[in-house]
Amino acid sequence: MTQLALVIDLNVCVGCHACVTSCKQWNTSGSAGPLVDDAPYGKDPRGTFFNRVQTFEVGEYPNTQTVHFPKSCLHCEDPPCVPVCPTGASYKRKEDGIVLVDYDKCIGCKYCSWACPYGAREFDEDRKVMTKCTLCVDRVTDKALPESERKPACVLACPANARLFGDVHDPESVVSTAIRERGGYALMPEWNTRPANHYLPRHRTGMTIHAEDLVRVDNPLKIDGKQPELPQQGAGREDYAT
Amino acid sequence: MNPAFSVVFLTTLIGAGQGLFLALFGAELAGYVYSAPDARGFLLIGGAVALLFTAGGLLASFFHLGRPERAWRSAAMWRTSWLSREVIALPVFMGLLFLWTAGHAAAGDWTLPLGLLAALAALALFLCTAMVYASVRFLQEWASTFTLVNYTLLGLASGFTLATALAAWGAPMLVDAYGVFALVFTLAGLVSRSLSLARNARLKPRSTVQTAIGIRHPKVTQVAMGFMGGSFNTREFFHGRTPGALHQVKWLFLLGAFVLPAALLVLGLYAASGTLLALAFAVQYAGLLAERWFFLAQANHPQNLYYQAVA
Repeated sequence: MTQLALVIDLNVCVGCHACVTSCKQWNTSGSAGPLVDDAPYGKDPRGTFFNRVQTFEVGEYPNTQTVHFPKSCLHCEDPPCVPVCPTGASYKRKEDGIVLVDYDKCIGCKYCSWACPYGAREFDEDRKVMTKCTLCVDRVTDKALPESERKPACVLACPANARLFGDVHDPESVVSTAIRERGGYALMPEWNTRPANHYLPRHRTGMTIHAEDLVRVDNPLKIDGKQPELPQQGAGREDYAT
Repeated sequence: MNPAFSVVFLTTLIGAGQGLFLALFGAELAGYVYSAPDARGFLLIGGAVALLFTAGGLLASFFHLGRPERAWRSAAMWRTSWLSREVIALPVFMGLLFLWTAGHAAAGDWTLPLGLLAALAALALFLCTAMVYASVRFLQEWASTFTLVNYTLLGLASGFTLATALAAWGAPMLVDAYGVFALVFTLAGLVSRSLSLARNARLKPRSTVQTAIGIRHPKVTQVAMGFMGGSFNTREFFHGRTPGALHQVKWLFLLGAFVLPAALLVLGLYAASGTLLALAFAVQYAGLLAERWFFLAQANHPQNLYYQAVA
């Protein structure tokens, strides 16, 4: 069983919103019809988006970290939004696990949005139906595209490569490897929705510098006598290490 | 949540309609048809009023839909969706109620089994309507047995109050019995609604901003939600009123749906005044509108954790 999903690396996301705009561009130009773009240049633009980048501050000044947090549908393995739909418009594809809305069946009752703890669904005020991330289903399954481009628009747009795409049920896939080796986790595990999308945590990048590492013991200038000897410069740590 | 008035009217109108029918059928079960020459006339008028209320509710529900012309599709997923079950139960109840009312118009002797079926449908509809809310586990204020008890008791209370007012006009011998039942259901509703308010006041949200973004640090604050003009997420899930306003609505509905109608019922029964009894229903219905608004507004959706700061 295939379960396509995104893995989002919070350690490298820079919060540039390229995934947001590329998502909007792709999904407004597709066969499903344009995504509403209400007052795009007005005071309060109210358009529908499938993907958002949010920003959180962790810690207390001055020890803070800014975390950019992209959020779209997590394509849960046990999606609570699907069984509540009265018409069957909301469904999870058997073949690849993508959660979709059939816009021709949706009656716009918004009940599915109540049943999603992540707020992943946005109602389209023009078409009067519920919309959500499709994982670019029209793109990832398009055999006319070269294989390297059969990825969601957001993944291709990310300049930091913070978004990985693949089958989380295939243990050898790039997403499964990332989840396994880099501590990938799911959002709101307390609800047992088993999101397919995972997030990779921030990690601290650090190094330890010893005083003797800053000066080369075997400086050729010293050997040539062109630079005065430093006092008491014995063998450094590396000399023991090698 | 941001309460939709279509839902407020739907649930209160059909609740009163179901309660009124159960009151009428209760009288029929007690042998009222044979006790007065024009007994069927009262049941006929009462049935028509109950139909009017449920039809009003059905009409209100269409205003909730983005695509009302596709409403017929919503009966499809009754195996999994309580909303779908409600969509089936409401017209079934209305159909049986219509047949039962028509049966009294035709003075048929098959109204009793038909009424029994309609009563079962009314109870099933209470269950379905309440479960639409109680089954959404993410809304902890709703996911409780209290939701079922409250929807049923408040529907019965308003229905029996309406029946009392109608009886004062068309069936004087039923006024006292209806009035007592209306009082019992109103006071029982007050008790169960107060208990559910106490429960909700003690609720601890299962989700926190830490579980929402998966960062285990005691201090996580949102800096930006990613847009400034609002979205479906900010419109649908926030009522936008102050906690003080919510507090006022709570006291308003406790007074309007329970205390005042109970007092008016007692006064109306004591003074044998149809006007006071009609007023009791009008006040109680207005109070229930406030109650339903508060019920919807009070629910705090976990998705709100992602929408705490604009920029």
